[in-house]
Amino acid sequence: MRQVVNANLQRYWDWRAVGNFSGGGAGTGLVIAAALAWATGAPSMLALVVGLGFVGLGLLFVWFEIGRPWRAINVFFHPRTSWMTREALLGPPLMASGAAALFLDFRFVLLAALFAAGYLYCQARMLHASRGIPAWCQKELPLLIVATGLAEGTGLYLVIAEPSAVMIAAALLAGIFREVVREIYRRGLIRSKAPAGTLAWFSLPAENVLSAGRLAAIIFLALALIGWRTAALGGLLAVLTGWGLKYLLITRAAYLRGPILQHTPVRGQGPSHVIVPS
Amino acid sequence: MTRYVMIADLRRCVGCQTCTAACKEANATPPGVQWRRVLDIEVGEYPNVNRIFVPTGCQHCADPPCMHVCPTTATGQRPDGIVTIDYELCIGCAYCAVACPYEARFKVDTADFAFGDEPSTVERAQFDERKIGVATKCTFCSDRIDAGCAAGKTPGRDPEATPVCVNSCISGALVFGDIEDPDSAVARLLAENKSFRMHEEAGTSPGFYYLWDRGTL
Repeated sequence: MRQVVNANLQRYWDWRAVGNFSGGGAGTGLVIAAALAWATGAPSMLALVVGLGFVGLGLLFVWFEIGRPWRAINVFFHPRTSWMTREALLGPPLMASGAAALFLDFRFVLLAALFAAGYLYCQARMLHASRGIPAWCQKELPLLIVATGLAEGTGLYLVIAEPSAVMIAAALLAGIFREVVREIYRRGLIRSKAPAGTLAWFSLPAENVLSAGRLAAIIFLALALIGWRTAALGGLLAVLTGWGLKYLLITRAAYLRGPILQHTPVRGQGPSHVIVPS
Repeated sequence: MTRYVMIADLRRCVGCQTCTAACKEANATPPGVQWRRVLDIEVGEYPNVNRIFVPTGCQHCADPPCMHVCPTTATGQRPDGIVTIDYELCIGCAYCAVACPYEARFKVDTADFAFGDEPSTVERAQFDERKIGVATKCTFCSDRIDAGCAAGKTPGRDPEATPVCVNSCISGALVFGDIEDPDSAVARLLAENKSFRMHEEAGTSPGFYYLWDRGTL
């Protein structure tokens, strides 16, 4: 049976939303990486500053996206159920604890990392709460967002700081973890019969390039671990491929559910059908 | 407790889009924004092909995801089940639009008119600057319902207290009323016919029912 009804791509969140998730993901990942670096005796101050900067940049992207930017303060009004409010509420304490680490006592970096982890989790749950978009409300998505945030943050650390073996290993593990979670997520989408447009994401030429980039990042990081000077390159690829993943996830894979009809009307012209958009 | 719902009898809808036009006229929605839409779906293979017309729009869910995700509390829910938007609170983040499984929400960032840069006389009279840059959607004509109720009318029975799309429907496919009132038309139709709701698996408990056959499931 053929039918003419399609699921549409969402048009409301564009590159500015990607900017928020990319800045927030890489920034919080970098703050967490800075805490790990501090705990293991590696350089960490610059990483903390840049991490906070990326989070701020992400929030700036949101400000450019909303239709009424001068009412942005209203975003704090609904912590009871809105993950967007919860994300916004974690922004000030994250920045404050980061400033405390920079100007008072660097041990506050641990507190900043805690708030950063919460912020990253809120971003993950924010997408997951979008029940209109199967690619986002897939149950494995929050883990993918967290995993790619960690891969971006640890990767970015290697770009801006002198890499230590611990930090290279952390970036490598985060990159592998992201790859595993992405595959689990892909299989989950297939299992839950996501719209064809969403599943087509995985065969897009851009996604093939990104997959090659993620694999190359893992190889470069593994080589760096045995002494090659490829840590920064591997880290850079880990960051860029993470941003690319989010770009595709938000702008290319985000098909709406479309009208699913359990029954077609019985009007004396044959049996009722189920209609599922393609 | 009152719970307003809408019914679309798929056997009756002829896809004339009069409800769409009536809604646009009543609510002055800009080009591209249709709070009440009628999907035109072709199903089957030649020679056994059917066209199905499916009125849709905001389903005024009992558990609306748009309300839960809204960071500002601009989206709310009245005791009678109608899901509302406070245009003064909304920041236009469009989170509700991506959370809605029914593609019922819209956002326009600039004033747009049907016949060029300048509004027509009707558009100028109905233009509401508060609706620019914020989320909008079907209100079940809550202003009409409230005004009608205040005048002693009954929603779903008296046109003065009934959404304009229902009033305009030429085939009686759209029906509105209080599902908690056993004597209402919606309660009787649901009791006497087979029905379904869209995307029930999303857990939204929509207030929009589709009739598709006689008898009950």
